[in-house]
Amino acid sequence: MSAASNTAVSQTALFEFLTRMGDNALILGHRVSEWCGHSPALEEDIALSNTALDLIGQTQLWLGLAGEVEGRGRSADNLAYLRDARDFRNVLLVERPNGDFGKTLMRQFLFDAWHFLMLKALCGSTDKRIAEIAEKATKEVAYHLDRSRDLIIRLGDGTAESHRRMQEALDDLWAYTGELFIGDALDAELVAAGIAPEPESLKPAWDELVGEALSEATLKKPSDGFMHKGGKRGLHTEHMGFILADLQFLQRAYPGATW
Amino acid sequence: MSSEWPLWEVFIRGQHGLNHRHVGSLHAPDAEMAVNNARDVYTRRNEGVSIWVVRSSDITASAPSDKGPLFDPSNSKVYRHPTFFDVPEEVGHM
Repeated sequence: MSAASNTAVSQTALFEFLTRMGDNALILGHRVSEWCGHSPALEEDIALSNTALDLIGQTQLWLGLAGEVEGRGRSADNLAYLRDARDFRNVLLVERPNGDFGKTLMRQFLFDAWHFLMLKALCGSTDKRIAEIAEKATKEVAYHLDRSRDLIIRLGDGTAESHRRMQEALDDLWAYTGELFIGDALDAELVAAGIAPEPESLKPAWDELVGEALSEATLKKPSDGFMHKGGKRGLHTEHMGFILADLQFLQRAYPGATW
Repeated sequence: MSSEWPLWEVFIRGQHGLNHRHVGSLHAPDAEMAVNNARDVYTRRNEGVSIWVVRSSDITASAPSDKGPLFDPSNSKVYRHPTFFDVPEEVGHM
């Protein structure tokens, strides 16, 4: 059905792109799921779990399609549970530790803002399969963004203590946002085929969206200085191994286990 | 923490329902977050198309101890039920 777009772009580039999208959702979904049972209020606990489940659901779609495109019989589960850290393509931002509740929300907001813009652009992808996944995910992510935006404003413009924590979280996470907007040769290939937007092109809208929320939250937007990167190429921080140990333990210890 | 937040009663209008029905309660600092929380807590399985929230403290309820005087008298008023009319055949099922 999308044979036309497949001929315009290499299978490698398409597979890479799909794992980038899928791994972002998977690793952030896993991080957020770590809050299950630990959130400061029952209502927040359920809300965060919903977000985590949305992201895991999106992972199934992205990695499912990645496996299909690769054509080596690997399922979404295979890709999630049986790859090693160097094969994961998520940005470093999503593997940052949860920290306190405020930091988790700040990470969520910075990611949601990008995720929303990215998915909106992907709704117009020349690859129908990608456009369809984006269409479904956009609705979920629009709500994630509403929620994380609302909460970082409340906490930023809250008490002196909550304000201090949110500013600290923002300062700490800022250097991990640059990677979302740095394109490479693979991205260029997808852009040329009309499959995905240029990563850099999302930056102005993101800056505006994030800037407005931060000023409403009375938080000071850090300047764009040094930015960490590497996740998109499989070069991860020391946290990645621990995440995978947790995430993959069952399938590694009991291969093929189902229940 | 949640004990500092006021309690809200949640009403959901279901997929095919015309009226909002009380489904439960939750804590939230204000109305906007109460709606968000209600969405997350009570509509996870596609239960609703519309949400109302109202602060529990804004609800005035009848006292349980008044149950007798309030409701018992209507027990013996069968004539208030429209069961004494003959429905013409042509009307069919009502």
